[in-house]
Amino acid sequence: MKLGFYPGCSLEGSAREYAESVIAVAGEAGVDLEQVPDWNCCGATAAHNMNRNLSLALPARILAKAEAAGMKEIVVPCAACYNRLSVTRHELLENESLRREISATIEYDLRCDAEILNVLQMLDRHVMPAIGDKIRVPFARRVACYYGCLLVRPHKILKFDRLEDPQSMDAIIRKIGGDPLDWAFKTECCGAGLSVSATPLVGKLSGRILDDASIRGAEAVIVACPMCHSNLDMRRPHCDKAMKKHYTMPVLYITQAIGLALGIDPKTLGLHRHMVPVKFEKHPADAASARPAPPDAVKEV
Amino acid sequence: MSRIGVFICHCGENIGATVDCERVARACAGIPGVVHSVDYKYMCSDPGQNMIKDAIRDHNLTGVVVGACSPRMHEPTFRRACEEAGLNPFLCEMANIREHCSWVHEKSEVTTEKAIDLVRVIVEKVRRNKPLFPIKVPVTKTALVLGGGIAGIQAALDIANAGHKVIMVERSPSIGGHMSQLSETFPTLDCSQCILTPRMVEVARHPNITLHTYSEIESLDGFIGNFKVKIRKKARSVDEKLCTGCGLCTQKCPTKKIPSEFDAGLGMRSAIYVPFPQAVPNKPVIDRLHCTFFLKGKCRLCEKVCPTQAIRFDQEDTIVEADIGAVVLATGFDIKHADFFPEYGYGAYKDVIDGLQFERLASASGPTLGEIRRPSDGRKPETVVFIACAGSRDPAKGIEYCSKICCMYTAKHAMLYRHKVHGGKAYIFYMDIRAGGKMYEEFVRRAIEEDGVRYVRGRVSRVYEREGKLIVQGADTLLGAQPVEIEADMVVLATAAVANDGAEELAQKMHVSYDAYKFFAEAHPKLKPVETNTAGIFLAGACQAPKDIPESVAQASGAAAKVSALFSQDELTREPVIAVVNRCAPPLYSTCVGCFLCQAACPYQAIEKEEIRARDGNLIKTVAKVNPGLCQGCGTCVAVCRTKAIDLQGFSNEQVFAEVMALLNRSEANAGI
Repeated sequence: MKLGFYPGCSLEGSAREYAESVIAVAGEAGVDLEQVPDWNCCGATAAHNMNRNLSLALPARILAKAEAAGMKEIVVPCAACYNRLSVTRHELLENESLRREISATIEYDLRCDAEILNVLQMLDRHVMPAIGDKIRVPFARRVACYYGCLLVRPHKILKFDRLEDPQSMDAIIRKIGGDPLDWAFKTECCGAGLSVSATPLVGKLSGRILDDASIRGAEAVIVACPMCHSNLDMRRPHCDKAMKKHYTMPVLYITQAIGLALGIDPKTLGLHRHMVPVKFEKHPADAASARPAPPDAVKEV
Repeated sequence: MSRIGVFICHCGENIGATVDCERVARACAGIPGVVHSVDYKYMCSDPGQNMIKDAIRDHNLTGVVVGACSPRMHEPTFRRACEEAGLNPFLCEMANIREHCSWVHEKSEVTTEKAIDLVRVIVEKVRRNKPLFPIKVPVTKTALVLGGGIAGIQAALDIANAGHKVIMVERSPSIGGHMSQLSETFPTLDCSQCILTPRMVEVARHPNITLHTYSEIESLDGFIGNFKVKIRKKARSVDEKLCTGCGLCTQKCPTKKIPSEFDAGLGMRSAIYVPFPQAVPNKPVIDRLHCTFFLKGKCRLCEKVCPTQAIRFDQEDTIVEADIGAVVLATGFDIKHADFFPEYGYGAYKDVIDGLQFERLASASGPTLGEIRRPSDGRKPETVVFIACAGSRDPAKGIEYCSKICCMYTAKHAMLYRHKVHGGKAYIFYMDIRAGGKMYEEFVRRAIEEDGVRYVRGRVSRVYEREGKLIVQGADTLLGAQPVEIEADMVVLATAAVANDGAEELAQKMHVSYDAYKFFAEAHPKLKPVETNTAGIFLAGACQAPKDIPESVAQASGAAAKVSALFSQDELTREPVIAVVNRCAPPLYSTCVGCFLCQAACPYQAIEKEEIRARDGNLIKTVAKVNPGLCQGCGTCVAVCRTKAIDLQGFSNEQVFAEVMALLNRSEANAGI
C-alpha cells in the first residue's frame, strides 16, 4: 500500500530519526511512504504571524502537489506541519472564495480531497492492524505519553482525540505491551519555538513536564512531535538546571517504541541520534513485573 | 361578490423602513374584490383596530386582510376586532409581510413587490373563506405534574389547593428532587430540608393529590382539556400498602456498598433502600441491578425479616391510565459530572468533587454529618479551591450558556466551608460574579468581606495531583493574567447545569419543543414563559433553563395559575380548523367511497365510521366522519384521500390552489395594477 508522505524541514534535519523510524515501522506493515513531489516549507509559525495569504498558500501548494500526484492520504509526522496543513485545508473547504483566491495564487485548482493524517492516525489506521502478530519484544515500559499542543489543537478543526486528556497514543502503547501512565502534563506547553530565543524558559516549561513524568515513575517519555522532542531531549541540560534535578529518562518517538517492539535494529530507528541516551534502568521483564496494575481505562467523552 | 378590506401595517420601522407600505396599499386597492385598502403606522393599536372596525361597517366588508406580522401574536387581536364589528372572525386573515419579507430582505423595489404578492395571495384565500364557528370541548379538571422536585411540589400544591385534582409522577423512589440534597440555601442560609420536607409531606397527605413515585410517563395523547396519559409504575418489589416503612429490610440487606444517588456517590446505600430518611413516601424499593436475589437467585433476607410480608420479588411494572386536562412539566435538571473535565482531573482524583457533592458534605444529613472532610482520606481540608463556570460559558465544552445558579452557590459553599473549618483558606476562581437577585449581591459581599473568601478573577487551566496535594494552575486576570498556583486539599467544581437525562425523549412523548441544549422551550421568552407551544402543557423550574429555588417556585406558581384558569371553565373553545368529509345530498352521491385510508393516516385517531342508511333502515354505504373533538387540523387525511372527499375547514384545497395560482399569475396581475 502506498501513502503520501510530507516530511517537512525537521524530519530532514534535527528529527531525522523520526523520519527513519516512521519509514521503518510503516515498512513492517507493508506501507510504502511516497514523498510529495517537489514539496516546500509549510510556513510554520513564521508565515501565519506575518502574512495570512502566505500562511495559506504555502501549505496549499503542498496539498496541490499531492493532489496532482493522485495521493488520497498524506502522512504528516511533524505536529506543526500537520496543524498547518489541516488548518489550511479546513479554511479552504469552509470558504469557497478563499479557495479560489489561493488556487489562483498557486496556479492550481485545489479540490482539497486528500486526507491529512498525523502519525497516530496513520499508525491506528494502517500500521497497528497489520503488525498485531509481529510484536517480538513487548515494549513493557511504564511511559508518559506526551501529546503537546499542536497534535490536538485547535480541536474544532482537527477533531482528533480528546482535547484535554487525549488517549490515542496511550492506546497504541498498550497494544505494544507498554503501560502508559495517567499524568497531568499530556498537553502542557513545552516552550516550543522559544527554544531558540528564551532557552531558560523552555528549560522551566519542559522541566515541569519531565518532573511530573519522573515523579510518577515514567521510564520514558513518548512523543509524536519533533519540537517536543528537541525541547525534552536536546534542552535536557536546561531542564535539569531549571528544576535543580537530573533527569535520565529518554524521550522516544512513538514510532521508535513500536520499532523496538517489532525488533527493528536500534540504529535503523535512529536511537543513537538522541542527546539523552536511550537506556532503561530496568530490563523490560523486570519492569513488567515491578509495575503496578494499570489504571482503569478512561472512558471516551 | 367579495368586498375585501386590506390594511397594511408599518409596524413602526419594522416593516415601514424596508417596505413602501403606501405603495403596497395602493397596489392592493387594484386587486379584484378589494374595495378598501389603507396603511397605518401601528395596525394592532387601538386606533388601528378602530380603522378596521369602521371600514367593516362603512364599506360593508365581507373579508379582511391585514398585511402585518406573523399571525402567531396578533391574529387573535384582529379577529376579535372583526367580530366586534359584526364580521365572522374567520373571514379575517393576516399576510405576513414582516417575518417573511421586511425582516429578511433589504429595502428595495423587489421587497415591496414581494409584500404586494404576499398580500394578494391572502386576498385570493379570503375571497374563498367561509364563516366558521368555534368548537366547544369539555375540560377534564385533573392536572398531571411531572417531576416531584420543588417546582413540581409547588405547582401540585397550588393546583390542589385551588380545588382541582392532581396526579404527580416522579421517576425516583421519593419526591424532593435536588433541593432535598442541598445543605443550606442562599441568600438566607436556611436549611433546605427544613423548608422542603413539610411541603413533601403535604403533597403526600393532600386529598386532591395522587402520588406516583418510581414511575415514568409511557405516553401522552389527546389535546388541551382532554389528554390521556399512561403512567408506568416501575416494580418497587415492595407492596406499598403492607409496608410500614420500619426499615428492618434496609438494615439487614447484605449488599451495602452501592454508591448512593442521594449522597452524590459520597455515601453508600443497600440494595433495598429508601433514598434518604425523610423520603416521601417512606417505602423502600429494591434496586434489581444490585440485589443479590435478582443477580444470583439467592438471599431473600429482606423477605425473611419483613414483619408485614411486604416484599414482592415477583412484582411487575404496571400501567396506570388517566384522563387529564393539563400538564405541568417540572422534570428539573442535572449537572455535568464524571469525565467531562479531564483537565481538572475529575473522576481520577477523589478530592475533586462537584457542587452537589459539596452540598452533601456540608449537609447535616450527609455522609459526614455536615463536617467538611475530603473524600479521599477523611481529613479536614485546609485549602479549598472552588472553580466557577466549570463547563458553563465555554464554547469549547459545547455549553455556551451561563448556568446561573453557580455564582451564588459557590459563594455559599465557600462561606459554609469558612464557617465550618476555622482557619481554612477558600479560593474562588471566577469569570464574573453574577449576583442579580434580592439580597444576592449582599450575600456575595458578605462572603468576601466578612468570611474572608478569596476571589481570584481568572480561569483554571489544570488541576493535578502531586504528593497528596492538588495543584491548581490558573491565572489572575486582574493582575495582568499573572499565573497563580495553589496547593489545595480539595477542589470543588461548579459544573454546568444541563438538561436532565431523557429530556429529549420526554419532550417528544409530550409533543413539546426543546432547544439545542435539550431544555424545554417556552412559547414566548418574555410573554409566555410558562406555556409551551402545545396548548395545555406548561413548564415549571429548571427543565426550561437553569434556575434557582425562588425562581423555580415562582414559575411553578405561575404554571399552577395557568392550569387553574384553564380549569375554571367547563368548556374550552377550539379553533374550527379541522377536517370535514364532504357530504352532499342525496347520500349516495357523497364522494367518500369508504376506503378508510384516512383512518390509517390520522395521527390522532379522529376518523370514525358512519353508516348511511335509507329510510327503511337498509345500509346504503359506510363513509368516514371526523370527530371534531379529536381532529387537530393537520391535514394528513386531506392529502391521502383518493376521491378528494375530505377538506380542511379554512384551508380547503380550493383556497390553497387559489393562493398558488395567484402567485403563478403574478406577472399578469402586476401588469394590471
